[in-house]
Amino acid sequence: MDTQSQTAIKGKIRTPVRMTGAEAVVKSLQNEGVNLIFGYPGGAIMPVYDALYSVQKELHHVLVRHEQGAVHAAQGYARVSGKVGVAIVTSGPGATNAVTGIADALIDSTPLVVISGQVGSTLLGTDAFQETDVVGVTQPITKWNFQVKKAEDIPYAIARAFYIARSGRPGPVLLDITKDAQFASFDYVYEPVNYIRAYKPIPDVEQEQIVAAAQLINLSKKPLALIGQGVILGGAEQELREFLEKSGIPAAWTLLGLSALPSDHPLNVGMLGMHGNYGPNIKTNEADLIIAIGMRFDDRVTGDLKTYAQKAKVIHLEIDAAEINKNVHADVPVLGDVKETLPLLTQKISPNSFPEWLEEFKACYRIEHDRIIKHQLAPLKPGLTMGEVVDRVSTAFGDDAIMVTDVGQHQMMASRYFRFKQSRSVVTSGGLGTMGFGLPAAMGAKLGAPDRQVCLFVGDGGMQMTIQELGTIFQTKIPVKIVLLNNNFLGMVRQWQELFFDSRYASTELINPDFQMISKGYHIEAEKVSEREDLDAAIQRMVNHDGAFLLEVVVEKEGNVFPMVPSGASVSDIRLE
Amino acid sequence: MRMKQEFTISIFSENHVGILTRITNVFTRRNLNIESLTTSMSALPDVHKFTIVVYSTRDEIEKVSKQIEKGIDVIKAFVLTEDEIIHQEVALYKVPTKTLLEGNEIEKLVREYGARILEVTKEYTVIEKTGHQNETQELFDKMDKYGVVQFTRSGRISVTKSKDELLDNYLRNLESKKNGLTAN
Repeated sequence: MDTQSQTAIKGKIRTPVRMTGAEAVVKSLQNEGVNLIFGYPGGAIMPVYDALYSVQKELHHVLVRHEQGAVHAAQGYARVSGKVGVAIVTSGPGATNAVTGIADALIDSTPLVVISGQVGSTLLGTDAFQETDVVGVTQPITKWNFQVKKAEDIPYAIARAFYIARSGRPGPVLLDITKDAQFASFDYVYEPVNYIRAYKPIPDVEQEQIVAAAQLINLSKKPLALIGQGVILGGAEQELREFLEKSGIPAAWTLLGLSALPSDHPLNVGMLGMHGNYGPNIKTNEADLIIAIGMRFDDRVTGDLKTYAQKAKVIHLEIDAAEINKNVHADVPVLGDVKETLPLLTQKISPNSFPEWLEEFKACYRIEHDRIIKHQLAPLKPGLTMGEVVDRVSTAFGDDAIMVTDVGQHQMMASRYFRFKQSRSVVTSGGLGTMGFGLPAAMGAKLGAPDRQVCLFVGDGGMQMTIQELGTIFQTKIPVKIVLLNNNFLGMVRQWQELFFDSRYASTELINPDFQMISKGYHIEAEKVSEREDLDAAIQRMVNHDGAFLLEVVVEKEGNVFPMVPSGASVSDIRLE
Repeated sequence: MRMKQEFTISIFSENHVGILTRITNVFTRRNLNIESLTTSMSALPDVHKFTIVVYSTRDEIEKVSKQIEKGIDVIKAFVLTEDEIIHQEVALYKVPTKTLLEGNEIEKLVREYGARILEVTKEYTVIEKTGHQNETQELFDKMDKYGVVQFTRSGRISVTKSKDELLDNYLRNLESKKNGLTAN
């Protein structure tokens, strides 16, 4: 359910202690079990930084190079660890720079607490230096936000922020704290929040819906389960396996559902969506039952809704009531945390298997393999493909690394060809599609899972959106492995231009810097590969290197990602070329 | 489901700063025009009430209401139709007193429409009418022939016809669960 509340030592402080608002911010973070935050100082947040200075050993602060990086790093940290990521920024431009990351965290349900400094309360509304209406700006992109103008409101606001961020469907929360509130002294007490009257994080489970869902499952001849991030957020990976293995139902995952099951699980039939696998897309429209588990029927998954899964009844297991019937009508909505609802469902269904139906997926896979996959993984022509690089890297890490991606062609290739053994192995910007997400998210992921290898795939475009975070990687000594797939193009846009805009490559070709030299400028070891015969050895050197490493791989200039469901087309009109 | 009709959404929330924008944002994002909006305290202590009138389809309005309820401090949103509520609006009409003195048409309209005169000065007279929008509008259209200099109408306020107090029950339920929670 929420990992942090189970593991963190939640401090209650009942005897008042005199302290400043800034000290209260720091103390409250510690009381919520936080030991790592990402941020960037500035005028309006300086009192908090001063308070952080006193507790550097217990509450480590990672100084990023841009506030966007702080939020993406906090996202990477949250996604791999299941804890709440914390970012701290100053007022005005500090806070507006954080906006992209906050929006990304909302659409991808990532628990974050972002703390922004604000000008003194007497200056509010006067267009003071570095004043922005941050609560107004972030209102549509936060799960909750709040401006704190009095020191004594800080403990409750922070307790509430953490509870809201991590409970139910997680999301980002922003607290805007005025500078005078940071300076003022008050008697500090701390009480964690676990109840808000108007907020119901997990809906009640209705037994009738479980029964109705089980009936549909027991009658189905061609069922297909769609696995979303809800399974990972709910920590329901084991419950999912038990459900699938008893029911024998083939399962396809969404981009954010990747790694909820092992890649090689016999019932795993691959990825849904625009650049997902052929089988799950085609078979969505042949299935007689869709069981959506913690996913939200994003348009990149469904394509044209009018033709989507028309032969199927739909069971929708979901924690967020607003997702039910939002895009796809649910014949049986099963509200609740999937960790709770899946076992109830597993209990009620009969053991089953669908060998012929599964065989149809395998047949689709053979077609896809023949037409696409083998040309990616074992190309006969010169020029490295993104697919073969991803495949070799995955193998070199023993198929057990955390895969972080930026956004674009490489993201789809990584999602298609990387393999996963355990959950929480993927950090990618799904809903928002934020270029520049990858590098800072990879830093956060490595700090959130220090015992695992973290491998970033990034394109030459996205790399340059947050390239300054190489400075953070160097300063903080974060041993991430960076695979830069360089085609000197904004590849995904170029692909669309080729397919839908008569190959008119408007502003998609990049003339790039020497990435190795940049990396080495930050004292990060780097190598460049452009020939197939050099690839494996270079990857091995990257894997073995003790510390951060950038491997630039020059890939074919005009490679395309296929299969592809063109925007607005039906999932069954998926194109193989 | 697909036909557009008038809905009254009753929203109950905590009385916190910023909730109104969170609520109206849901409409803005869907490009839905709010016909009228009123906000006031409810009968329950600390509970605030928003009444929003909007034209839309049942399908869309159900989605809107669920998205509104996602707001952390929103307690509950109820989607109601005309037959489920008693509702009223107040309209004020300012006319030059001269027109009242020169003929008896305005006076006749005031009687006919059950309106009342709030204030009379040498220069102007203010008339008030409570009712449904079509009624206050009709009075305006008729009176404007004689020159209305100002006209204003409030948003809708409404109460439900149901015997059960939906929100009361909902809150009581919540509180008992909370108590159960602390007992554990």
